[in-house]
Amino acid sequence: MFEPEVELLNREQIEELQLERLKKTVHYAYNNVRAYKEKLDSIKIKPQDIKSLQDIIKLPFTTKEDFRQNYPYGMFAKDVKSLARIHASSGTTGKSTIVGYTKKDLDTWSNLVARLAACAGVGSDDIVHIAFGYGLFTGGFGLHYGLEKLGATVIPVSSGNTRRQIQLITDLKPTVLVCTPSYALHIAETLRKENIDPNSISLRIGLFGAEPWSEQMRKKLEEALPIKAYDNYGLSEVMGPGVSAECTYQNGMHIFEDHFLVEIIDPDTLDPVKEGEYGELVITTLTKEALPVIRYRTRDITKLDKSKCACGRYMARMSKPIGRSDDMMIIRGVNVFPTQIEEALFNIEGVMSAYQIVLEKEEALDKATLLVEVNENIFFDEMKQQRLMLEKIKYELKTILGIELDVKLVEPYSLERSEGKAKRIIDKRGI
Amino acid sequence: MDYKITQISVFIENKKGRFYNVTKILKENNINIRALNLADTNDFGILRFCVNKPEVAYEALKKEHFIVKKNEILAALMEDRPGGLMELLEIINEADLNIEYVYTFVNAKAGHAVILLKFENIDEAYEKLKNKIHFLDQEYFIEN
Ligand SMILES: [Zn+2]
Repeated sequence: MFEPEVELLNREQIEELQLERLKKTVHYAYNNVRAYKEKLDSIKIKPQDIKSLQDIIKLPFTTKEDFRQNYPYGMFAKDVKSLARIHASSGTTGKSTIVGYTKKDLDTWSNLVARLAACAGVGSDDIVHIAFGYGLFTGGFGLHYGLEKLGATVIPVSSGNTRRQIQLITDLKPTVLVCTPSYALHIAETLRKENIDPNSISLRIGLFGAEPWSEQMRKKLEEALPIKAYDNYGLSEVMGPGVSAECTYQNGMHIFEDHFLVEIIDPDTLDPVKEGEYGELVITTLTKEALPVIRYRTRDITKLDKSKCACGRYMARMSKPIGRSDDMMIIRGVNVFPTQIEEALFNIEGVMSAYQIVLEKEEALDKATLLVEVNENIFFDEMKQQRLMLEKIKYELKTILGIELDVKLVEPYSLERSEGKAKRIIDKRGI
Repeated sequence: MDYKITQISVFIENKKGRFYNVTKILKENNINIRALNLADTNDFGILRFCVNKPEVAYEALKKEHFIVKKNEILAALMEDRPGGLMELLEIINEADLNIEYVYTFVNAKAGHAVILLKFENIDEAYEKLKNKIHFLDQEYFIEN
């Protein structure tokens, strides 16, 4: 553990610390960021109205749109000249989001990344190969300085040129690999193509992040490389990597709650969900100087577990995000994500193929039909077996989604595609 | 003699023109359909048939992105008269064999009927029945 004195606080101590820091953050943001002052004034809320952690729901949300409207520096609480560094998150549409750090922010960030790595069992004796891109993206520099802080030996390889990466891995014998999970898989496949025995390489831990990945992906990576694969989470709007990370029990990612206050809301009603239910993760920073962020809607769908972990930490654990709130469907009052459908199909040998969900109204009720393109694995010349396969798919969906869907098999390539991918949701319900 | 007949099965959606498309592809490849059966539901159907050139049919349909499978069935000669089918099924019943599905066709030119049988275990079925039933081979579907 990198900072056991805070990492082992109990729930009461965590919440006490959070309240004190929340009050400070709200005052600080109100007094130093015009956008926050205007928002709070418009709903007649004063910083002193925040008296308990529950009072946070009185505060307005912050979204990517706020960053866009205040581009580039409007959300900063400090004059940009006084800052130590600028990063940016790549926007999939339009301008990127600009984020800034004071010297103290960078120090906090390094501590949190050191904590993230130590959480997964990385120590000062480790040699770390970082294959994240170095640049405006927070992944490269974020992991770099955190691992240096931890005392590890850092090799800043950056991204690209897989053959060279493999040469460095075989020659320099790193013990930890830092990159995206998909790139790690690419490295593993390249090793195989070059006939290098993956068990001959020195890696023992993988710290993978910057994109969502599934448990199936973890299995694949741990089979293809001699590593244990750990997930971590973060986003540049609130800091970068180091918001939460898995411990060696791999039972959710511990949120570093002394620096971040999190909520889970229903993305539709914006109300808090019941404890332990899935919803959208909302983050408030508690110690940021350059860019305090209040109630940032991450769009990531996850759930929280606040029980004590086997590792000794009480810090809440978030599950791997199961999707983005933008992709959420509400079917007969139940929230459904495309990733859950994929999970259900993945659970049945051979089914994984293109699919589409068609939502319709039938006498004011929602009717949901899942169209699955048939493939050789799930086509039988016997009707009995064909029906059995359909029932299996329905059963698996019901188990995972909690609601029943109609399932129809359709011919291959018959689903509407955009940019090569089948369109996943067709909503004909109107509003 | 190879008693296993190669049957082609195709998944077709219950949409206008899909069945027609299959027959069109077969015609374009100069394939003669000898026996055919369609098992269908509201949404989809399983089209099964025996042709003179099963390999060519399989490849041609695959090329057009149909989901196609080859499977092995037995073809039994049946007398084209009342009771012909019943007597045959009686023999199968007595042998305690499970039939997955059957379909038939009449060969008018030759003056007999043929029954196509899909068993759970084709080898077991053939061994138990070969002395009581006259089975046809793949050649039959090419020449006659
Ligand atoms: Zn833990």
